[in-house]
Amino acid sequence: MNDSFMLDGEEIPFTPGQTVMQAAAAAGKYIPHLCWHPDFAAHGSCKLCTVKIGGRFATSCTVRAAAGQEVENRTDELDARRRTLLQLLFVEGNHFCPSCEKSGDCALQATAYEMGMLTPHFDHFYPDRPVDASHPEVLLEFNRCILCELCVRASREVDGKNVFALAGRGTKSHLIVNSESGRLADTDFAATDRAAEVCPVGVILKKRVGFAVPIGARTYDLQPISAAGGDGTTGRAGDTSAPRKTEAG
Amino acid sequence: MDTHKLNVATTDSPAAKPRKLKIATVSLAGCFGCHMSFLDIDERLLPLLERVEFDRSPLTDIKRCGFCDIGLIEGGVCNAENVHVLREFRAHCKVLVALGACAINGGLPAQRNHLDLGEILQMVYRTGHGLAPGSAIPDDPELPLPLNQVHPVHEVVKIDYFLPGCPPSGDAIWAFLTQLIDGRDPALGHGLLQYD
Amino acid sequence: MATPELERILARHRGDPLQLLQILIDVQAHQGWLPPATLSAIAEALSIPRARVESTASFYSFLHTRPAGEFRILFSDNITDRMLGNQALMQALCETLWLEPGKVSEDGLVCVDTTSCTGMCDQGPAVLANGRTITRLTPERIDEMAHLIRHRVPVGDWPPEWFHVEDNIRRRDVLLDHGLAPGAALAAALDRGPTALLSEIERSGLRGRGGAGFGSDIKWRACRDAWGDAHYVICNADEGEPGTFKDRVLLASYFDMVVDGMCIAGLAIGANKGFIYLRGEYRYLLDRLETRLTERREQGLLGHNILGRGFSFDIKIHLGAGAYICGEESALIESLEGKPGKPRIRPPFPVTNGYRGQPTTVNNVETLALAALIAVRGGEWFRAIGTPASTGTKLLSVSGDVASPGIYEFPFGVTVAEVLAAAGAHDTQAVTSAGAAGHCLAADEFDRRIAFEDVATGGSIMVFDASRDMFEVARNFAHFFAHESCGFCTPCRVGTAVNARLLDKLAANRGSPYDLDEIGKMHRLMQGTSHCGLGNTATIAIDDMLVKFRPAFERRLMSPEYEPAFDLDAALSQARRMTGRDDADAHLGDNRSALAAAGARAPGGVESAPATAKPAPAKDVQP
Repeated sequence: MNDSFMLDGEEIPFTPGQTVMQAAAAAGKYIPHLCWHPDFAAHGSCKLCTVKIGGRFATSCTVRAAAGQEVENRTDELDARRRTLLQLLFVEGNHFCPSCEKSGDCALQATAYEMGMLTPHFDHFYPDRPVDASHPEVLLEFNRCILCELCVRASREVDGKNVFALAGRGTKSHLIVNSESGRLADTDFAATDRAAEVCPVGVILKKRVGFAVPIGARTYDLQPISAAGGDGTTGRAGDTSAPRKTEAG
Repeated sequence: MDTHKLNVATTDSPAAKPRKLKIATVSLAGCFGCHMSFLDIDERLLPLLERVEFDRSPLTDIKRCGFCDIGLIEGGVCNAENVHVLREFRAHCKVLVALGACAINGGLPAQRNHLDLGEILQMVYRTGHGLAPGSAIPDDPELPLPLNQVHPVHEVVKIDYFLPGCPPSGDAIWAFLTQLIDGRDPALGHGLLQYD
Repeated sequence: MATPELERILARHRGDPLQLLQILIDVQAHQGWLPPATLSAIAEALSIPRARVESTASFYSFLHTRPAGEFRILFSDNITDRMLGNQALMQALCETLWLEPGKVSEDGLVCVDTTSCTGMCDQGPAVLANGRTITRLTPERIDEMAHLIRHRVPVGDWPPEWFHVEDNIRRRDVLLDHGLAPGAALAAALDRGPTALLSEIERSGLRGRGGAGFGSDIKWRACRDAWGDAHYVICNADEGEPGTFKDRVLLASYFDMVVDGMCIAGLAIGANKGFIYLRGEYRYLLDRLETRLTERREQGLLGHNILGRGFSFDIKIHLGAGAYICGEESALIESLEGKPGKPRIRPPFPVTNGYRGQPTTVNNVETLALAALIAVRGGEWFRAIGTPASTGTKLLSVSGDVASPGIYEFPFGVTVAEVLAAAGAHDTQAVTSAGAAGHCLAADEFDRRIAFEDVATGGSIMVFDASRDMFEVARNFAHFFAHESCGFCTPCRVGTAVNARLLDKLAANRGSPYDLDEIGKMHRLMQGTSHCGLGNTATIAIDDMLVKFRPAFERRLMSPEYEPAFDLDAALSQARRMTGRDDADAHLGDNRSALAAAGARAPGGVESAPATAKPAPAKDVQP
């Protein structure tokens, strides 16, 4: 059997066409990630999943698995890079965990825990990003957006609606919705959309259920994301597959 | 990274008891919640006091910080006085620790940062609801002036260690301090490292 | 917008959503900016989501989703423009017109701002006035410009000599002295046939002139062999690298060689459709290029059944709209398809999945012109020029502190010192060898050779004499990349912004050694983690300058202690204003003096404690 590669010294089988991330997830191995989700086409933008293959950096959610690859994943060097990437994301937006109802279910926060991030380190940008509370059932808290485009992909690929898109360039990149007014209420978005479930951080929030599960009893309060997300299908808070959300929603 | 691990073997004779480390603590633009959480180490405060003594701190009421081994800063930097106190700590503490969410990213007070300070003062003291007639923006020289934005402490002085949490739990503070006092780089595992 | 005009524009582009960027450019040309209702109307007419239209409209620097002013004056802000005094000229124009840079005047008349290098480094300072290039600005021209704006004289009626762009060719070699008639190269290629032509290109050793140096024969073969409904040739004329302008000259004066080269590429890969992606800054060339394409069609040198030899190939020109990233081939293709210019995930590469998902070769303007030359003269002839690994000649755009800025065609292998001597450089301190995105060479490296195996370059050579502050060069580059990062990936989007802030902090005299370490750290992060070449190269020159010209940075360090990036005293300004206070306690000084005073004032404490805390890296930093 030739179709396997080595991930941090462990043999990982793969089927032709799988990416390193897909194969690792199928084998229950955790490669840190934010913009990747098993149900959607890879995006490759957050760069948290950067690994080293044969000594060269590679984005594991977009690079194809190949027989005999030597993949480094959870090394001090790579985790340090990931920590810095997380710090960049934290200072770019307004991430005030104590006042965020996604706290404990947030992949950004949980990944930062996993990487041992103690401080955002850089100077904060403190951008001005007004909230959109226009929709009767869902709130958009743009302050926390990390531009992963999971909602963009979910709305386009699953819901067939194109409710979300990114606009602007560079640090002016920002999430927009598909209406002339710029308000979510003026789109065909519905709380039952897949796009309503997929946000890894606290941008797309269903109203009136935020604190149904208390802080301290949430997904990543109970176990680290490396344990929760190792199979690549759970552990992303807001997944329909996450039991807590089913109860809450 | 061990450039500023605390050297606890500071006495001349190896047989002698190590000297106590001096710790100073303060709350800047914070709610004293981190200090309250510090007290949540409960009875562990007693063994801690075997090894440390407190300098400037709400626990001692000492008003100025002397030379210390460890300084714990709660809260962000919101006004001119916060800047003075933070600098006093930086000048006197070998190791300066940002304690809690507000010290680390500004926290709740920093959520005013996208607003214009002038408009905030105007609304709070002049045009807001329920103000007495003739209300004015306080201009007493005794009062520290607020900064245009609230800043985490590391944006103002060099910070050596960070202990996040709102507040960090008593267990996290205990784990952090005991490791630091033992001369190790504090490491917090799952459950102790929390931002909320 | 008047609906008939929108319909006319949409009809011209056949209502094709892939033409979205071209439609937006045309609509804006007609009405000055792109209001929300217009974006909705376009989306409806093209049957695409409105959000997609807004994505594209908000990505490009030259498209405006807010009113942009009747007159829009954009100063090219490359470091070479700065060395020629653009900042004083811009300030003068702003003062004369009572303007704040970057803000539209209250009457909506005018906006003065900066833009990335416009490719006029040999004849700057330059501006784009409502998209039209003006070169060789002087204080007198600025005065007159202000007068013309105030009197609402249309840019088209401004003095014609202002718009004159010189070629400034200083040294000609085999390409610039080719002596071939239009179509001659194409005829030679048709004589050889596709297979022999590819062999000839292979024999020549031709490598891509954009800078990366990929073998042209390999690219063309891979593209030819890829299965697809159609194959495409794209001429990358998005010459955005600061300090380069050689493609401008090739397009202006050697266009037939470029078109011959495109047709030859089409012949080689089996394509009959080509695009020229012309950067928005070179829009002034558009009409004459279109005219020449029309002439060539009439002459049987383009279009159906070229030269009566049964080969058909036609070319369409697409305009860019101010985005450096579109020089990256997959971002260019995205832009060509009407989308924001964000680089695709690669592989698959454009040679198999390019424009419309079809096999596509993207080649630099110069590469295509050289292919035309090779089709006539043969691979062996070409291979004899240059070095074994870098065959042929290279066009160098030389600007900065030289007596004769302009285009120099040299065989590969020429030393940097020889280029400097030819251009009349004196007392040279540093040379950037590949614009803002490549290495910066110090004087002890000037014996190195311009070649892929030594000093690789796309042709941008900027020269800095001993009077120049290399820190300001680095700061200019850092801001360039922060402005041009597409924003797709985390390290480049946020990293370039952090870098620009760090260098501004140093410039504001608030730097400490800590900040220099941070610049190095960001370099190491962005290398290898970034999604495309922009992020991977954005810190190379800055890091080189920090290493090789460290005193220029250290001069900026005001304190051994960490200092805040912001001015603490200025941060009290609003509170002072609102309270009317100006007493001593209403002000703050810097950390250095405050920490020294605090340390001296305090009573002695623990004996072993040092008087001042040692600045040390924090726990949570990348090793």
